[in-house]
Amino acid sequence: MNEVLSGMNVNLSYPAITTERVNRFVLCTSGDSVKVYSTRTEEWLHSLQGHTNQVTGIALNPANHLQVYSCSADGTVKLWDFIDGILIKTFIIGYPLFAIYVSEKHEGIVFLHIAMDTDSKKEGFQLVAVHLPKSAEQEVEAKELSAVSSHISPNPSCTAFGREGQYIAFARNLQLNVYFFRKQKTYSFSLKATDKKGAKNAFTCIACHPTDDCIATGHEDGKIRLWRNFIHKKEYTYSTQHWHHNAVNTLCFTPEGTNLLSGGIESVLVQWQYGTGNRKEFLPRLGGSILHVSASSDGQLFCTSHSDNKITVIESSFKVCGVIQGLVKGDAVLTDLMIDPRSKALVLNGKPGHLQFYSLLRDKHLYNLDIVQQEYIYEAGLDQFEVVKAAFDIKGYWLATVEERGQKSADLEFFLKLWSYDERTQSFVLNTTITAAHTDRIISMCFSSSEETTMLVTIAEDGQFKAWCQGVDADTKQDQNFWSCDFVGSYHNLKPTNCSFSADSSLLAVSFQEVITIWSPDTWELLTTLCQPPGVIRDLCFGRLSCSKYLISTTTRNLLCCWNLLTCALEWSTSVEVSKLQSDPLSENVAAFSYQSKHTDLFVFKPNEPRPLFTHKNVCSEKIHRAVFVPREEPLNNCDESSQWLNRSQLYFLTQNMDLLTFSTATEEDRMLSSSTRLVIDDSVAVTPFYLLLGKHRQQQQKLNTPSHQAADRPQQPQGSVTITELLHTPAHVLPPASVLCSMFVSSLLISNTGVLQDPLRKEMESSEQEMNSEKEEEDSEGEMEACDSQQELRVQGSVDEVTPKLSKAQERELKRVRKTDFSWMAGLIASKP
Amino acid sequence: MGEFKVHRVRFFDYMPSGIRALAFNRDIERIAVARMDGSVEVFHCSDRFFQEKIIPGREQCGIEGLSWVGERLFSAGLNGGITEYDLTNQKVKYTVDAYGGPIWTIAGNQQGTHLAVGCEDGTVKLFEVNEDKIQFERNLDRQKSRIISLSWHPSGSKIAAGMMDMIQIFNVETGHSVHRLLADRGVGTSRSKECVVWSVVYLSDGTIISGDSVGMVKLWDDQTGTLIKSHNVTKCDVLALSVSQNEDSLVAGTSEGTVVQFQFISMVLGKDDKEWVRTRTFKNHTHDIRAVAEITTAVVSGGMDAQLVVRPLLDKVEVRSAASALRKIHFPHRRLVSCARKSGLMLFQYPGHLELWRLGESEGKGMPGSSLFVKRNPEKLLHLKVKGEDHIRCSAVSPCGEWIVYSTASSLRLYRLHCDNNNVSITKISKLPMVLSSANQLCFSSDSSHLFSASTQSSVHLVSLSQSGCKFVGTLKPKSGERTIGFGVLHIIEDGKWLASANSDHEVHIYNLQTRKAHCTVPVYSSAVTAMGIHPTTNCLFMMYADQQMCEYSIEQKQYTDWSRMVQRKGLHRFWMERDTPCLNVMFNPQHPSHVILHDTYMLCIIDQSLPLPDDKTQFYNQLTLKSLPEEQRKSHSHAFKVCKTFKDILCVELMSDQSLVVVERPLEDVASQLPAPIKQKKFAT
Repeated sequence: MNEVLSGMNVNLSYPAITTERVNRFVLCTSGDSVKVYSTRTEEWLHSLQGHTNQVTGIALNPANHLQVYSCSADGTVKLWDFIDGILIKTFIIGYPLFAIYVSEKHEGIVFLHIAMDTDSKKEGFQLVAVHLPKSAEQEVEAKELSAVSSHISPNPSCTAFGREGQYIAFARNLQLNVYFFRKQKTYSFSLKATDKKGAKNAFTCIACHPTDDCIATGHEDGKIRLWRNFIHKKEYTYSTQHWHHNAVNTLCFTPEGTNLLSGGIESVLVQWQYGTGNRKEFLPRLGGSILHVSASSDGQLFCTSHSDNKITVIESSFKVCGVIQGLVKGDAVLTDLMIDPRSKALVLNGKPGHLQFYSLLRDKHLYNLDIVQQEYIYEAGLDQFEVVKAAFDIKGYWLATVEERGQKSADLEFFLKLWSYDERTQSFVLNTTITAAHTDRIISMCFSSSEETTMLVTIAEDGQFKAWCQGVDADTKQDQNFWSCDFVGSYHNLKPTNCSFSADSSLLAVSFQEVITIWSPDTWELLTTLCQPPGVIRDLCFGRLSCSKYLISTTTRNLLCCWNLLTCALEWSTSVEVSKLQSDPLSENVAAFSYQSKHTDLFVFKPNEPRPLFTHKNVCSEKIHRAVFVPREEPLNNCDESSQWLNRSQLYFLTQNMDLLTFSTATEEDRMLSSSTRLVIDDSVAVTPFYLLLGKHRQQQQKLNTPSHQAADRPQQPQGSVTITELLHTPAHVLPPASVLCSMFVSSLLISNTGVLQDPLRKEMESSEQEMNSEKEEEDSEGEMEACDSQQELRVQGSVDEVTPKLSKAQERELKRVRKTDFSWMAGLIASKP
Repeated sequence: MGEFKVHRVRFFDYMPSGIRALAFNRDIERIAVARMDGSVEVFHCSDRFFQEKIIPGREQCGIEGLSWVGERLFSAGLNGGITEYDLTNQKVKYTVDAYGGPIWTIAGNQQGTHLAVGCEDGTVKLFEVNEDKIQFERNLDRQKSRIISLSWHPSGSKIAAGMMDMIQIFNVETGHSVHRLLADRGVGTSRSKECVVWSVVYLSDGTIISGDSVGMVKLWDDQTGTLIKSHNVTKCDVLALSVSQNEDSLVAGTSEGTVVQFQFISMVLGKDDKEWVRTRTFKNHTHDIRAVAEITTAVVSGGMDAQLVVRPLLDKVEVRSAASALRKIHFPHRRLVSCARKSGLMLFQYPGHLELWRLGESEGKGMPGSSLFVKRNPEKLLHLKVKGEDHIRCSAVSPCGEWIVYSTASSLRLYRLHCDNNNVSITKISKLPMVLSSANQLCFSSDSSHLFSASTQSSVHLVSLSQSGCKFVGTLKPKSGERTIGFGVLHIIEDGKWLASANSDHEVHIYNLQTRKAHCTVPVYSSAVTAMGIHPTTNCLFMMYADQQMCEYSIEQKQYTDWSRMVQRKGLHRFWMERDTPCLNVMFNPQHPSHVILHDTYMLCIIDQSLPLPDDKTQFYNQLTLKSLPEEQRKSHSHAFKVCKTFKDILCVELMSDQSLVVVERPLEDVASQLPAPIKQKKFAT
């Protein structure tokens, strides 16, 4: 069983964008792999896997536009064919690498950032040139290192190649250095740290003009300076432009050098016209702050990567044409991890003021739900509303959110909002806003889990817990559809710490400091109190299914207690420091994350026995505060003892680095592997689900032309339902005309039927049926299809002959035979259909 | 340091006038400044921008342009005349009417032979510069609209003229127009407004650079008459352009108060194809910049906010020093206030009138640093308007407060003040001796019995004053009497027995008043004297120079004193040398003979000659440190310079005979608040 990183991580380093000739891919680093996306469909194509540590930089090979270099902290530089995802070569450098630069004029040489001294903790980096040896071997040791400069900024944006690779410019703090390769001379220019007006002059990024000797630098206070004449110690000069109000994160010249792109925290991409002073264009509201900008080498596309784990693809006409969104990463996740019961999507804080819905199944961001409904201002140090709590009811019909402002200052503002799911619009609609739900901050809330009535319980620092119902109005006696307070409870004026409903919603447990109170939600009667000092109760959860008589609590004093609610006695307790307790809604299992001596351990147990079912030491080095069990679509049948607990649902948890991790079983990994091989198809068309549909269709066409076909060659025909979902989930604008799709749609339906039949002759039938379909298709709409072909952008493949080749007599005979069999078979099929 | 009761005077509403034109003369390193009120000032660029000469203006005399021809300075204005100045005597030499209506611009060619003026009636008039006069030569082709700006090609064969919506290039030989370059109007609503070409510059390679009211700096080719490149510099107007001597740098002043620099640099290093690239932007003004000049190592700019800003170009400065720092000149380097030391009266000199004030009185004693209760408010006694159109050049009130004298370029008037209780009246002394027709500098003797007037000639006239009237006593002339030139600025310092005068040639002469003979001459120093004083007991002349050096010269022994030699030997502290305004007054405290009181615009300083001099390692501003030290250690830490920075924007400090100090301040915020509103600009986060 392995931990698997989920929720792609795309913003760590410069994305590389490829040119039209190789069909436009976006490459970006993601953990220890490089991910390849299609710019057209925004789909993830494949990963380049092979590094053993964080990939820190990528650079397209200037000598071969189908290859990319990647460097990693594991001390290797790898050369990939990124279209097929093949590792071509590995160069072992031997030091952790932090950035990579290549230049057209320096063939066979890569420039790398390495740490100055591995022993000292000082942030010293040096820039080295590495000669990559030419050899046929797969793994080569590159030992020819020559230092270009020491004292390099750790920020990879602060180094750039100049015109024709003649010089390299790098900045650190307040100093700009330009190293000329031919003269082997460095020119340095420094700025004052501040001036009278309080400008902060530290360099943050750098870019060089492709044809002029002009270096653009970005600064901490948002200024952009264009340096010229930098071969003179004194007569150098620069012009200053200022638009960004905060540090400039990234700069990039377009390949022709006509424009300069800049981005920062404002999340506005600014395009400065080079040479005409301050004429500029803006592309605002791109999302999180812009971290990197890069342009494709033909200047047609730009892409920006954002702090919220997103890549935006922008056309040169300054229009957004694609968004590749990973799991949105804000500054912190304040809400719990939740599962939307309807879409089975993971729900957590997304964009500021939003909740994001993330499909774990497809590892894809679905959408953001605007909770705060106020414009977010991208500026550091502002106190703005944030969603801090959210909860779903069991059917997914209600969503409760709490947004808060002024956590740091004294005047706290917060709203409790209730959202109902609107079937018509297929989204959540604001139902009730409660402005003063409590007099102090809401600590926690939960929905009752019963099917009949939905009830929300909130607990707050003012010592009260309140129950909210979609109640009956006292005056008019009419059913309202908005929420009001039903009950206010408190216990000895103690501050509540957590609340939980039992699985059948017959009991509500609210913990007040060291005391757990059990209430009946029907009568609001205090049934009993449970107390086991020392320590304030931190987490509460009821057992499920066969263990529903148990209540588990954790305290701040490293105690995990299990109460038997029938006897109201402590069943067992153990001393373990638990940072997060999470129960699986589909099984009896409870997961506890324990943080001890700088690493987190995971225990999975059933409440009826104090022995852990499963233990995993050293899950990660950070404290885990958020975790969730995600129910599986269909349960696995694992007999392996250690992974049995994963049969019903999967456990996801979030580290403090905002990495979403999960446990996967061996069978799953096998499946993943097979799916990835399925994706490797040699074609110039980007591999997307749609392509798979269309590609198969073409294969069939080809096979018709070549009579000696082998059914075994073909990939397994997907299930009908899968095809339909693929169809429906592909963006409409990339779909071919309905006439093309229609026949395939029908054929997919037919296959699903045969699949159900489980006929031993299925394969044969299937193949013949497909032939029939495709044949019919050809007969019906050949002319039309040709027309469509030429329209379809995706069909770059020119190998399909548009003129029907002449068939040999033998082939014709074969065809006739096929036809005959078809008709007889078809009649039976139609009859069998309901 | 001594304790003083200080009259903090803030009722002198001095308003510096806006700067209209600048002209730089590279050969003599002088920059001439024309102000809105018609006055012309000359600054010495290599002597810390000391204001050497002030030629007061006249009513209704708007200067629009300034031009040097050789060492001669010409101006032209909206009254339609061309004026040459007599710089030695600091007055107008003559005015020639151009007969073309108001003149918008004047430009002299580099050869120094001709002046061209652009007139309202659309003519460019050429004047020949003769030995002593200028002579109208001819008109170039008359145009339909007024000529706003002119620039000569360095060869002198062509002239570019900026007009409404266009630039004309004239051939000087034929007088015909060679090319017409059309400047685009702005877009949108400003399309209906004419584009005014405020400034043109003709480079030797044939490039014409223009700045216009659309906010563009445009580069034109004079061979083809085509636009090469245009830079949008501002949303408002580009009002002034100036190019450096080697034509590799250009500065443009805008009405937003910014100076934008363009540089002629190669886009690809090491290659020769150069382009004009916009580089730096300096923002030191709040209002329109009406004039810029790129001098050798700095950019000088002036505008509506009445300050002259010298922004050094660090890439051209050889050694960075205090002399090459950013400098803002707000106030004249001349005293505008004179005090009657004995009677507590103050005379404020405005361009067109004089004001006489009586200082207020306060009660009791207070803690050092606290403000006292004012028993009697200061009171304006007199408002004396100048007869005629000329502005006041100098004025003085006698120590006893009975005499007021002022001089304009054409006349000198002496009044006797009668002041009993609340009735103030003046009588004009009618019969003045002939020598008192005009004066460059005026001064009363300490016993108010004599008036000294530095004449426009090389001498100081001595007039005795009595109840009945005044009588010419004699003239003090330096020993080398044959000298006639360079008698500009005069500081007359009188000590009963000795009188010292300094002129703009940096010469300081000392006269014996009893014998009325020249006594001696102080060795000439390279920098101008900004202030001096004669010590009442030791009879030493204490002099302050524009480069912040100081000297003490013993009159009796005719040599520098030991203290002065020590100062020269040890050198002055870095902080002292880095101050950027000259010392304007030297005073002595009779109670502490070793104390010398000095002031400049930003500080008041007392030099205790009995204490050791500071070297560069000692803390210069050490008052606070000294306060914290115990009594016995103070001695070892103290040094000669005691600086008080309580007061800011000082126009004048005077020590009254009752041991109180008068500090006349003119806060720059008050000056700024009286300026017209600047162009509204959107500021971020407002």
